Amino acid sequence: MVRDYLDRIASLDGQVRAFLRVDADRALADARRWDTAYARGDAMPPLAGVPVAVKDIICTRGMPTTCGSRILEGWTPPYDATVVSRLREAGAVLIGKTNLDEFAMGSSTENSAYGPTRNPWDLTRVPGGSSGGSAAAVAAGMVPLALGTDTGGSIRQPAGFTGIVGLKPTYGRVSRYGLVAFASSLDQIGPLAGSVADAALLLDVIAGHDPLDSTSVDLPVPDYAAALRGDAGGLRIGIATEAFGDGLHPDVRAAVRQAAADLRSAGAVLEEVSLPTIEYAVPTYYLLATSEASSNLARYDGVRYGLRADADDIYGMYTRTRAAGFGSEVKRRIMLGTYALSAGYYEGFFLKAQRVRTLVRGDFQRALERVDLVLMPVSPTVAFRIGEKVDDPLAMYLADIYTIPVNLAGLPAIALPCGFSDGLPIGFQLIGRAFDEATVLRAAHAYEQRTGWHTRKPQLGNPP
Amino acid sequence: MSIDRATVEYVARLARLALTAEEQDRFAGQLSTILAYCARLTELPTDDVEPASHVAAMTNVARDDVIRPSLPRDEILAAAPAQEAGFFKVPPILETEPNP
Repeated sequence: MVRDYLDRIASLDGQVRAFLRVDADRALADARRWDTAYARGDAMPPLAGVPVAVKDIICTRGMPTTCGSRILEGWTPPYDATVVSRLREAGAVLIGKTNLDEFAMGSSTENSAYGPTRNPWDLTRVPGGSSGGSAAAVAAGMVPLALGTDTGGSIRQPAGFTGIVGLKPTYGRVSRYGLVAFASSLDQIGPLAGSVADAALLLDVIAGHDPLDSTSVDLPVPDYAAALRGDAGGLRIGIATEAFGDGLHPDVRAAVRQAAADLRSAGAVLEEVSLPTIEYAVPTYYLLATSEASSNLARYDGVRYGLRADADDIYGMYTRTRAAGFGSEVKRRIMLGTYALSAGYYEGFFLKAQRVRTLVRGDFQRALERVDLVLMPVSPTVAFRIGEKVDDPLAMYLADIYTIPVNLAGLPAIALPCGFSDGLPIGFQLIGRAFDEATVLRAAHAYEQRTGWHTRKPQLGNPP
Repeated sequence: MSIDRATVEYVARLARLALTAEEQDRFAGQLSTILAYCARLTELPTDDVEPASHVAAMTNVARDDVIRPSLPRDEILAAAPAQEAGFFKVPPILETEPNP
């Protein structure tokens, strides 16, 4: 199996460019070890011999981790992230590291210092981001499972753009130990997969308390695979009125409305819910996430790891190292965050945004007292063209208008495919109560069983 | 909300970023646009709303005060751009930093 996937990577990734690194020798050696163990009749862990790709912002011992940045080029972590340790214990074969927007800052994977990843459905379009490499690798069949990270939609938006399943777990459900920090109050690791069942299987492996991450929560982890009963009977699903306003592409609106109707056929009860403050989520997010990032990225100073630009004094070394190592979007966000935290602006920008965050969270809490799940689109459009939004940061930020509110509220949400527009996938998301991933997965699985959009695959392998 | 070049230079100094003249001009324009958009938040009354610094479901987390193994020093130092005698090595640090 590992060899089949490696062959597919070899034949397709020249076009898609989903991977920053593929470790074929080690993957084959690991696979052979599992073959031997199986032949011996050993007990097999749940992912024995299954190839998994990991977004290159998650630390892997002995395998370079770049974060898509020049500033960490050539750096090899001395330890595994907790999710990687759990994958290894579950028998997974780490096949390689996937491309991303630098430090996960972006919605298109165009901000990678190592070049953009392409959408397997149309190589002139973006795969979304920032987990675009992981999404494109799964969509193109180069790997069955991948890990991504989601700070403002970076798992769900690329999953939607590439027609696969992506789950952002509740904040605190999965350990962030060994995840290179972007915005620590928002970042969460989650699975990307070809089906809801596969996403549930991967979540089973990575979820749970970790003493090495003080924000990971000590709650029991249910058997997610067992939650997939194939129906949505009795579930109350709220359609978020404000998410169907201006700016939503008509094809996306129609497909997501149809997804709601299909869920009703699967036994769910639909009602409208109101989230009046979600229109303020994007500016709130861009103040909070950039402020946290400006602090987190202070560590790239040329002292302990990564790039150093030589200078006669330490101030010169800091500023020149960071100038040479960071790309435009990272610099822009560090500037924005530093400004929002600086004297005279802290109250008006940073603290104001924290107060609005409380309001956005309250909207979801009120809605989820009445309903079990909230339904909305993943993105206002299908995948846009490479280059279309690179010169307009605000337009790029608005691509995440439906995903960002969920991170502010810290809730679990799944993106899954629900149709096509001009041959490009459309996704919708289901948002659940905190730590109720099981209900999110159950409804998503019921939908998937009735519709089968996830079985559509892009036609690749015939170079133009 | 307009950000001028002097503000960009000031913030860049705080952020320890050397920017080119072209970057300063570009960021002045882009940050002005983004901050004007963010100023929409003033539409929402929030005087009685508590700020949320996080949404984690806990307050203080403490672990037992026991010694655990650390990562090996040699391995950490091997990743550094410069090291000497078991320390990270950096250029002179005194009286070189301009006051922001």
